[in-house]
Amino acid sequence: MSLRTFKENLFSKGALRGIAAIVIFVIIWEVGARSEQIFGFRVPFLGLVPPPSSVFVSWGGLIGEPSYWQSWYMSFVRVFTGFIAAVLIGIPLGLFMAVNKTFYGMAFPSFEVLRPIPPLAWVPASIIFWPTQEMSIAFVTFLGAFYTIVINVLGGAKSINKQFLQAAQSMGASQWDIFRRIIFPATLPSIVVGSAVGMGITWEVVVAAEMISGGGSSGGGAGGGLGFFIWASYVGGSYEQIIVGMISIGIAGYFSSELLRQLGGYLTPWLKTR
Amino acid sequence: MNMMGEEMQPEVTKGAIRIEDVVKIYDPDGAAVMAVDHCSIDIPAGEICMIVGPSGCGKTTLLNAIAGFHDVTSGHIYLDDEMLCGPDNRKAEPGSDRIVVFQNGALFPWKTNLENIAFGPMMEGKLSKSEIYDKARSMMADAGLSGTENSYPGEVSSGLRRRVEIVRALMNDPKVLLFDEPYRALDSLTKSVMHEALLEIYYKNKVTIFFITHDLEEAIFLGHRLIIMSSRPCKPKKIVDVDIPHPRDYSVLTSPRFREIMNEAKGVVHEEAKKAFDAGEKEG
Ligand SMILES: Nc1ncnc2c1ncn2[C@@H]1O[C@H](COP(=O)(O)OP(=O)(O)OP(=O)(O)O)[C@@H](O)[C@H]1O
Ligand SMILES: [Mg+2]
Repeated sequence: MSLRTFKENLFSKGALRGIAAIVIFVIIWEVGARSEQIFGFRVPFLGLVPPPSSVFVSWGGLIGEPSYWQSWYMSFVRVFTGFIAAVLIGIPLGLFMAVNKTFYGMAFPSFEVLRPIPPLAWVPASIIFWPTQEMSIAFVTFLGAFYTIVINVLGGAKSINKQFLQAAQSMGASQWDIFRRIIFPATLPSIVVGSAVGMGITWEVVVAAEMISGGGSSGGGAGGGLGFFIWASYVGGSYEQIIVGMISIGIAGYFSSELLRQLGGYLTPWLKTR
Repeated sequence: MNMMGEEMQPEVTKGAIRIEDVVKIYDPDGAAVMAVDHCSIDIPAGEICMIVGPSGCGKTTLLNAIAGFHDVTSGHIYLDDEMLCGPDNRKAEPGSDRIVVFQNGALFPWKTNLENIAFGPMMEGKLSKSEIYDKARSMMADAGLSGTENSYPGEVSSGLRRRVEIVRALMNDPKVLLFDEPYRALDSLTKSVMHEALLEIYYKNKVTIFFITHDLEEAIFLGHRLIIMSSRPCKPKKIVDVDIPHPRDYSVLTSPRFREIMNEAKGVVHEEAKKAFDAGEKEG
């Protein structure tokens, strides 16, 4: 991106509206949080929240702290371990269920019974049967993305226009060609959607799992991840840090989704122009 | 009947289709639906044979049987001397000698137009990739598709998409093209352009064409022959020879002979459509 297009993007109407909305939101938050000093009475909700200025001050102090970045790092590792495992297992499983009736008949019922169990309900069990806490958190994270990916892939592969298959067959495509050149690319948009949704769930799950499990193997503090960071801030009574942790998760989730969006757009170039 | 234009064309020797006594009964969960009833049609090589008939009478069923997408209950279908399906193999093998152009189009949206057109020969694997792409490019140029090679089907107009699909079919050197109402969704102006384009392509690459349509004007403009089907179960009700010489252009639409043929066909089509409608009313 050239500097010029960057400027154009930055000052486009849409971007300006977005920035304006954030600025207005921060001002309202600041005024609301300081309402007791300014107006002499507390505005409900906002009056109980630390003002953004002190949140930023607290954040500024944390920027230089390795333990804060360690929390980012731990959550990212867990999210991506679980997510990549879900992609690697979920996509082939979904595709295979879609193309093989026997396997579908065998696997789908148990899949449908397991699917409604929320990933977080697995936390205690997985702490018991995985050797390390790290693995149990990654496993729960994996479950968060796994079901969504499988369901999307399965749905996408099953709803392929039958005429694509017939056309390919007429033109002499083998079974393997049909799988590789028709079924797989036809399912790619659903794979991308399923992965993007799965990634969102992954962040929800990892944060909760870190809170419940007490931050993983290194027992809290530095090794705990962003979820544990929030929990520890709450226990330690630092309300500014709670909000720093929340915003950090928002940013981390945004970057993960953006990464997937870019990758998805690159994998499905034919959808761009619609 | 043999006029100047026709004699100038090279003789087509391959691609005759013979449908003999074909019956197709759909039997999903015991509710037997007879879609095709002892239907026999003979299509000489290189003919444009237009199949006209009321909605739901079984035209697609017949086409799918020729293409090999499903089986027949009884009867034979031959392509030249080869038996495609008969008592021993009720379902024909799909093959690149019979390519279908579908009603809603079946270009692969994830492939560019050029890649779509190259698909058949790539699957066949006889030519190298660069030979195939060269051939594809020159076929596209012939069909007025230059400049759309690297677009995706979703990026070009529906009229162009149809043309790409026909070129993709022709790349397989088929003996027969099977059209299932390919222009149904197009507006009438685009349609008329497509008709002339199709005839132009046909004059360059003579193949047998089995063309299903609802549109009588389209049928008479394109076809050597109209086969008007009865309401379901379908079988030929009336055969109309279109003795207007090829090559044709849109001026034939206003010719007196065109009107005469139209009037001749219209009565039969209307009668069958009414039967189908009444049957539908009784069922529904
Ligand atoms: N797979 C199927 N199972 C059961 N019945 C079917 C099946 N496919 C088609 N039919 C029935 O067979 C009859 C003929 O269908 P077909 O699609 O061949 O008609 P058509 O002439 O192509 O109609 P249209 O003009 O609407 O395309 C219809 O009554 C239809 O409901
Ligand atoms: Mg049909």
